[in-house]
Amino acid sequence: MTKVNTKLDRRSFLRVSALASGGMMLSFSWLAGCKPTPEEELGLPKEWFELNSYIKIGENGAVTLYSPNPEFGSNVKTSMPMILAEELDTDWKNVWVEQADFYPERFDRQFTGGSQGIRQGWTPLRTAGATARAMLVAAAAQSWNVPANEITTSAGILEHKASGKKAHYGEMASLAATLEIPEEVELKDISDFKIIGHSKRNVDGQKIVSGKPLFAIDHKVEGMKYAAIVHPPAFGMRLKSFDKNSVMGMPGIQDVFSINVFKDDYVQNFFDTTTFPEIVAIVGNSTWEVMQAKKNLVAEWEKAPETKFKMAGFGGNSMDVTVPSGLENTSSHKSRMAEFIKNPGTVVRKDGDPEGMFKKAAKVIERTYSAPFLAHNTMEPMNCFADVKGNKAVIYGPTQAPEFIMGTLSSSLGIPRENIQINLARMGGGFGRRAYSHHMVEAALISQKIQAPVKMVYTREDDLSAGVYRPTYSATYRAALDENNNLLALHVKAGGIPESPLHANRFPAGALDHYLAESWDIPSNITIGAFRAPRSNFIAGAEQSFLDELAEEMEKDPIDFRLELLKRAETDPVGTNNDYDPKRYAGVLQLVKEKSNWNQAQSNVHRGVSAYFCHNSYVAEVVDTVIKDNKPVVESVYAAVDCGIVINPDSAANMGEGAIVDGIGNAFFGELAFNNGAPTKTNFDTYRMIRQKEAPKKIEVHFVESTENPTGLGEPLFPPVFAALANSLYKATGKRYYEQPFAPQLEMGNLRM
Amino acid sequence: MAQFNLNINGKTQQVDVDPSTPLLWVLRDHLDLVGTKFGCGIAQCGACTIHLNGTAVRSCQLPVSATEGAQITTIEGLSENGDHPVQQAWMEHDVPQCGYCQAGQIMTAAALLQQNPNPSDEEIENAMNGNICRCGTYLRIKAAVKTAAQKL
Ligand code: FES
Ligand code: FES
Repeated sequence: MTKVNTKLDRRSFLRVSALASGGMMLSFSWLAGCKPTPEEELGLPKEWFELNSYIKIGENGAVTLYSPNPEFGSNVKTSMPMILAEELDTDWKNVWVEQADFYPERFDRQFTGGSQGIRQGWTPLRTAGATARAMLVAAAAQSWNVPANEITTSAGILEHKASGKKAHYGEMASLAATLEIPEEVELKDISDFKIIGHSKRNVDGQKIVSGKPLFAIDHKVEGMKYAAIVHPPAFGMRLKSFDKNSVMGMPGIQDVFSINVFKDDYVQNFFDTTTFPEIVAIVGNSTWEVMQAKKNLVAEWEKAPETKFKMAGFGGNSMDVTVPSGLENTSSHKSRMAEFIKNPGTVVRKDGDPEGMFKKAAKVIERTYSAPFLAHNTMEPMNCFADVKGNKAVIYGPTQAPEFIMGTLSSSLGIPRENIQINLARMGGGFGRRAYSHHMVEAALISQKIQAPVKMVYTREDDLSAGVYRPTYSATYRAALDENNNLLALHVKAGGIPESPLHANRFPAGALDHYLAESWDIPSNITIGAFRAPRSNFIAGAEQSFLDELAEEMEKDPIDFRLELLKRAETDPVGTNNDYDPKRYAGVLQLVKEKSNWNQAQSNVHRGVSAYFCHNSYVAEVVDTVIKDNKPVVESVYAAVDCGIVINPDSAANMGEGAIVDGIGNAFFGELAFNNGAPTKTNFDTYRMIRQKEAPKKIEVHFVESTENPTGLGEPLFPPVFAALANSLYKATGKRYYEQPFAPQLEMGNLRM
Repeated sequence: MAQFNLNINGKTQQVDVDPSTPLLWVLRDHLDLVGTKFGCGIAQCGACTIHLNGTAVRSCQLPVSATEGAQITTIEGLSENGDHPVQQAWMEHDVPQCGYCQAGQIMTAAALLQQNPNPSDEEIENAMNGNICRCGTYLRIKAAVKTAAQKL
């Protein structure tokens, strides 16, 4: 049993009943609450008693759990309350889950991104659950006049065996809510978990399958107006002027004006990435009408000059950002990257004497890998509802990071933070895109201008052409081999526009005596942002493809070769900064080897393997491809995952399957190109997304049994699949694939895609 | 502007909109039936799928003027209590991640099973290929369609 101190996070234990009943907390209230199981064991109580920020208990024993983090499909809205329910020791069937709105004074880290929700929520949520349980126990002890340590709990029932006294939580809730918060509480032993580790269905499942309003785009209030936006047609351009009269007479159109996302004196933060700070807004009576007007708007655009601004980085330091001028092209991107590949980069890590080893090598293998810009393409286009009147604002929208947009909202609206309420909508996908929430500022400014509630919706074309993409990357790997095919040294030089994908201290660093990692980057005015496993989503593919080729050259089994390197990193690590655990890394390779029957592959099946560590988790994957009717078909994917304790196994597998499908889709098809600063693809007719037919026929996700604290899950299954696929395609076609997307090259090889 | 009498989920509804307005926006903005989703607006993603006389169609490309006299079914009207066998199968397989595409997926699947109660894997893949799921829930979708087929 672990004891935890509740003083660490006092704010979670605030009881703010006044706020909860009178404020906006309940504005989305019961109708938005979700019961995990359809059979109604307990009805709505007459009264709620709040035990802390996360937990309310009704007099009938019903429990409401607030899920703090925004939900974008990773199912935290189910898994976070599962952690609370476990330590509260309640019965899952009596639990209602509500999405908490943005209340930084009540909750710690309302951020969905970096696969950190469960990892960082683990102890606070367990502590909150255990604290509420301890208060219920204390209330029972007081009522029954027995020692607290003789009271046991199980599934929402308190019991004192010696006296035969029993009560459900609801009966003690009113007293418990008045008691002091204990300074120290006990957490359960992992072996006593009854909810964690046992699959629970998505608490929003019934609403999703029956089409209930759940997303910001579904929101509507009395008197609400609709807004569309028009942004410059290309990166490197800005608004010069627009003709209001070109749309003002059109049916249903109320107003046309331009808005500026930032005030002049505002210091942008890391998540304020905004491609076009000035845009035109069109307001009217319906979405269709404003979308029609959008097509008619006559506007003049001009080339934007180079701009410089200060940006607050992580940890309070600020950096100077320069956005170059000019209209960029994919062809010139490629030629500039080719130059950088040839030139020395910035040395990020060096072990031993790599240069010397390359000089005396009997053989040097060099390969360059590349990948294009990618658009997130969340299924729900960017949109937001805002109601700004006078000195008050309510914003309801899809955001992964409300705390990072609050300051921007406050500055741009000129309204103090305490008068701005951000309510958190379920998001129709995020993938990193909605960590950048200028859409909320745009909607808020539009509402402020018209002093009425408004829902702003991007068209798919707006969404796809508004920037914040995954950068384009390149990585060159070199290996020095001696005459006996022993690996002497490894050299990686990686870069991108506008950032480098390098993680210099990850595997195989630490496993090689002689290792050199160099980095470069090329500035650009094309905006980028986090995209599912940033940087890892490219460098893993390059590294793991290269290791595959190297293993072949060295005549080694690709899994054994990796295991050998990991053994070295475990027993005699090189350097001290290696940021992975070689044992856990090897563990997932061994598990995938076993689960995929690696040594007994069928003859017509072409297999590729890959493994990667990111977001504190380890994943190995095997992809099996067959060629059917001249078409590469991904038959099966096996994944082995070590992410510590798995909260909700079936839903964790679902997300893993999704990440694998996402990776295969982007490896085959994902590509955004630019012509004179404008994206060449702006909708799904040209931007190819993976569809049902191209999805693998089978995916198995296996979790390493673990008692380690949980780590990331939404991202780690994504990076390794690129190389597992490429390595499998090599076996199927005899050709290596160095350039993403693969589909055009496969088609050149006369395969149908 | 013109008046249209629409038969939606078994009820007659009157709207006064421009005849070119896609049914998608009539449903969402004028009739508060927001289960039908906007994804692309060009019949490429399937998020807006509804049934028109029992056939799955993309409502983003369907002018309201072409729907008078037809039986329109949206996700809200697929079943009274959200318990159509396809919806039940979706629950059983816990299909959704973000959930945004799922109403469209379910409507396509329900129409498929109406016409072909026992589809092969390939027939399922063909029928569902017009519905993008950005979260990549394709395998669960396929499994759920099979489960629903057994129940129907
Ligand atoms: S919104 Fe109609 S198919 Fe995409
Ligand atoms: S569940 Fe998110 S798009 Fe399908």
